[in-house]
Amino acid sequence: MRMRRLFRDRALLIGTVIISILVLVAVFAGPLATFPDHVTGFDPNHRLKAPGWQFLLGTDRMGADIYSRLLFGARLTILIAVTATGTAVIIGVPIGLIAGYFDGWASEALMRVSDIFLAVPQIVLAIAIAQTLGPNIQNVILALSVTYWPFWARLVYAETRSQRNEVYVEAAKAMGASPLRIMVMHILPNIAGSIIVRTTIGMGATILAAASLGFLGLGAPPPAPEWGRMIAESREFLPQAWWYATAPGIAILMVVMGFNLLGDGLRDVLDPRIRRGGGDGR
Amino acid sequence: MRILVLALRRIAWMPPTLLGLIAIVFTISRIIPADPARVIAGENASPAQVEALRQKFGLDLPLMQQFMRYLRDIVNGDLGISLYSQRPVVEDLLGRLAATFELAIAAMCLAIMIGVPLGVVSALHRNRWLDQVIRLATMAGLAMAAFWLAILLQLFFSMTLGVTPVQGRIDGWGPDQITGFYTIDALINGDGETFGKALRYLILPTATLAIPAAATIVRFTRAGVLNALSSNFVFYQTAMGLPRRTIIWKYILRSAFIGTLTQIGLVFGNLLAGAVVIETVFSWPGLGLFAYNSILQSDYNAIMAFTLFTGSVFIVVNLLIDIAQTLLDPRTR
Amino acid sequence: MVAEKLLSVEGLSVHYITEGGTARVLDHVGFSIRHGEIMGLVGESGCGKTSLARAILGVLPGNAEVVSGKILFKGSDLLRLAPSEAEESIRGRAISFVPQDPFTSFSPLFSIGEQIRTLMRWKSPDRKPGEKVYGSGRRKRDRERVMAMLQAVQLPDPEGLLKKYPHEVSGGQRQRLMIAMALLPEPRLVIADEPTTALDVTIQAQILKLLKRLITETGASVLFTTHDLGAAWEICDRITVMYAGQEAETAPVQSFFDRPAHPYTKKLLDSLPTENSPLIGIPGRVPSLLNPPAGCRFHPRCTSSTEICHHKQPDVTEMGYEHAVRCHHPIMGGGQ
Ligand SMILES: Nc1ncnc2c1ncn2[C@@H]1O[C@H](COP(=O)(O)OP(=O)(O)OP(=O)(O)O)[C@@H](O)[C@H]1O
Ligand SMILES: [Mg+2]
Repeated sequence: MRMRRLFRDRALLIGTVIISILVLVAVFAGPLATFPDHVTGFDPNHRLKAPGWQFLLGTDRMGADIYSRLLFGARLTILIAVTATGTAVIIGVPIGLIAGYFDGWASEALMRVSDIFLAVPQIVLAIAIAQTLGPNIQNVILALSVTYWPFWARLVYAETRSQRNEVYVEAAKAMGASPLRIMVMHILPNIAGSIIVRTTIGMGATILAAASLGFLGLGAPPPAPEWGRMIAESREFLPQAWWYATAPGIAILMVVMGFNLLGDGLRDVLDPRIRRGGGDGR
Repeated sequence: MRILVLALRRIAWMPPTLLGLIAIVFTISRIIPADPARVIAGENASPAQVEALRQKFGLDLPLMQQFMRYLRDIVNGDLGISLYSQRPVVEDLLGRLAATFELAIAAMCLAIMIGVPLGVVSALHRNRWLDQVIRLATMAGLAMAAFWLAILLQLFFSMTLGVTPVQGRIDGWGPDQITGFYTIDALINGDGETFGKALRYLILPTATLAIPAAATIVRFTRAGVLNALSSNFVFYQTAMGLPRRTIIWKYILRSAFIGTLTQIGLVFGNLLAGAVVIETVFSWPGLGLFAYNSILQSDYNAIMAFTLFTGSVFIVVNLLIDIAQTLLDPRTR
Repeated sequence: MVAEKLLSVEGLSVHYITEGGTARVLDHVGFSIRHGEIMGLVGESGCGKTSLARAILGVLPGNAEVVSGKILFKGSDLLRLAPSEAEESIRGRAISFVPQDPFTSFSPLFSIGEQIRTLMRWKSPDRKPGEKVYGSGRRKRDRERVMAMLQAVQLPDPEGLLKKYPHEVSGGQRQRLMIAMALLPEPRLVIADEPTTALDVTIQAQILKLLKRLITETGASVLFTTHDLGAAWEICDRITVMYAGQEAETAPVQSFFDRPAHPYTKKLLDSLPTENSPLIGIPGRVPSLLNPPAGCRFHPRCTSSTEICHHKQPDVTEMGYEHAVRCHHPIMGGGQ
C-alpha cells in the first residue's frame, strides 16, 4: 500500500526503474557482456564494425565490443558518482550543520568559503585540480568532491538555520543535550529529506561532470571503459562510425535522467513543504 | 538612492571573492602538488630544468611570500608565461575572450528565445499533453552530455546534410576587428557575405550550448508562470474582465521573467563553463579550446591562468546581472 | 416587478470536485438585488460567500462545476453567455469587483498609473464594444475620468500617486484605489468581497462610508460580503444570511435586525456581544459540504428542530414584506 502510494508519482517510478537497471548492469556486467575481456583486450581484426549480431553496438577503433565496454563503464560511472557525491556530502553536511547551528565568525567564514567555490564554474575548478593531480579515477573523484561540497554546505546551512529555533530543538537543549547530539540526533533527521533529494540530483550532475572530464582527457586513462572518453575517441572516425558515439551518449542521457527523475520524485515524497494540495487551476 | 547602496554593497563583495578565488587557485597550483616545479616543468624536464624553474618562479620561498608575489603579479596583470608558446598567458586569454563571449551570448539569446515561450506555453497547458512533451524534452535537455549533443549535431547537419561547417570560426579572413564578435563586426563593416559565413560557423556551437540552457529557462519560466497564474493580481484582473492575452503577455510574462532573470546569471555561468567543452568539439578558438590545448600540452601555467581568468569573468558577469535584476524589479528599486 | 431586479440568482448549485469527493458548495441558492441597492451577504467562514460572488462574475475555480440554476442579469442568463462576451461586456464593465486583499491584487511590477491605464484601455465607459486601439482622444478623456475618480475617493496627490508602485502605497490607499478602479467603468453592479477585512480596524469604517457614498451617487448596486454584522448594518439596504451553501434568510436591514425569522439568524444576532463586533460563531460545527446533513442543513445545531427537519429540506417561505426564510419552523413574529 505504501509502495503503491510512492509510485503514484510517475517520475519516481521511472527514475527508480532506470537506476535499478543501471545497478543491475553494473553488478552483472560480466555475465551480461558478450566480450567481457574487451574491457582491456581488443581484436584488431574487427576494428570499427557496425552494430550487428556479433557486436551488438558495433566495435571501436581497437576492435573492442562497444556493448561490453558500455556495461563495464556502468561500474565506473557508479563508482565515480557514488564516491565523489558521497565525499562531497561528507564534507559539506557537517560544515553546513556547524555553520548553521553556531553563530560567529567561524560560521561566517565557512559560508564565505563555500560561496567562493560556488562563484566559479565547477567544471573549470575540476579541470584545474584534475590537471594538477594527473589523470586517474581517484583524482577525478577528488576533483569533483572538492568542487561540489559547497552545494551541500549551503543547503544544510540554510535548513539548519530554519530548524535551530524550532520547539523540538529548544526542548532538547532544555534537557541538557550537547550541541553535537542536537545536530546529529535532532536536526539531521529533520533535514535528511532535502539532503537526500539534493544528493540524488547531484549524482546526475556529477556523472555529467565526470564525463566531461573524461571527454577532455582528464579522466581515467585508457583502456578504462569511461563513457565520456569513448565519445571523445569516436570523433576521429565520424561520420562513418556513427554508432561509436551514439551508445555511450545515450547511456549518459538515460542515467542522468534517471537520477533527475528520482530526485524530483523523492522531492514530492520527502519534502512536505512543496507537496501540493488540490489547488485551484483557474 | 537605495539602488546605489545595493549596487555598492554587491560591488564591495567582489574583491574578497576574487581574493578567495586567487587563494583557491594558488592552493591548487602551489600547495596540493608535492613538487610544483616538477609539475610545471612537465614530465620530460631534466632535474636541472626543474631546478631552474624553481628558482625562476620563486617556488623555494616560504608559501606566504610566494602568495604575496603571486598576488602582486596578478594585480599587475601578469598571469604567467605559457610554457608552450612562451608568451604571456594573459595575452592569449584576452585575445580569445571575444570568441567565447560571442558564442555564450548568442547561445544565451537563443536559449531565451526558445526557453521563455516554451516555458509559458508549458505552464498555460499545464498537465496536458503539450506540457508533458515540453517537460520531457526539458528533462532530456538537462540530462544530455553537451559534447555528445555537439557530435550528434555535427554528424547530422555538417557531415550528413552538409549545411553547416564541421568546425572552426570562419574560413578565409575574419572581418576587421572592432568588437571581436565576427558577426557583429561583419555587420558594422556592412559585409553581408562575411556575416553569413560567420553565422554559419556560429550556428551549431550556439545551438549545442543553448539547448541545456533553454531547458533550464523553460523550467524556471514554467514555474514562474504557474506561480503568477495562481496569484491574486491575476485573479483580480480576470475578475475585472481584462483580456486573457493582456493578462498573460503583460502581467504574467513580466513577473515570470523577473524570476527567470534571477537564474540567468547561473545559466550564463553554465554557458561559459559549457563553452570550455563545446569549443573543443567545434574547434572554436575561444577560452575553452585554449584550455583544452593547454591540457593536451600539459601547459600548467596556462591552465591555472585560465581557471583564474574564467573564474573572475564569471564573478564579474554575475555581479552585472545581479545589478541589472535589482534595476528591473521595482520592489528593490 | 421583474424590471426592478438588476440581478436575480435562481436555484444556483455549484459543486467543487476535490480529492476527497464532491463538495456541494452552493445548493439551490436564490436571491436578488435591485437597482441601486446594497445587498449584504453574511455568514460564517466557508459558507460559500466568495463562491457565490465568483459564480456571478463567472470566475469560479477550475475544479468548480455549475450544476443547475440561473443567474439573471438585466433579464439574461449570465451562465449562458459566451465566455468571450462575459469577458468583454460583463466583467469589469456591467459588473465590477473590489477584492478582499488590496495588497496582492496589484501586480508589484507595474506602476499604479500603468495598471489603471490598462484597465481603462479595455473597460472605459467610452470604449466601444470590440474596440482594440486606444486612441489619443479616448486616452485623454479617460485620464480626466481617472483624475476625477481619484479625487472622489479622496486620494491626495493623484498625479504623484499614479507614478508610484503598489508597495509604496498604504493599505487604505490601495483599497481606495481598488474602489476607484471598480467604479471607473461605471458598472451597474459592484461585487465587493470582504473589502475591508484586510485593513486596519480604524480604516475600515472610512472605507465603508466612502463606498456607500459613492455608490449612492452613481446609482449602482452592490453585493457586499462580510463577516461583520456591524458593517452590514451600517451600509446595507437588505441582508442575506448564508448557511452551509444555502441562503437561510433574506430581509431588509431593519427587519433583519429587529425581527429575525430563522433560528440561525437569531443565534447570530444573540451571539453579538456588542453592536460593532464580528461574528464569533455559535455552538456546534459548520457541517461538511462534502457530506451535508440530510433535511435542513442547520438542524444538527438548531434548538427548535423537529422530526421533519431531519429529512425534509425546508422551502423558502415569504414571511412579510420582502422577508423570506428557509425554515420549517420560522420564529413567530419574525418578518411581520
Ligand atoms: N477551489 C476549491 N476547491 C475545493 N473547495 C473549495 C475551493 N474553494 C473554496 N472551497 C471550499 O468551499 C467552501 C466555501 O468557500 P468560500 O470561499 O466560498 O467561503 P466563504 O464564505 O467566502 O468563506 P470566508 O468567509 O472564509 O471567505 C469552503 O469550505 C472552502 O474550503
Ligand atoms: Mg470569502
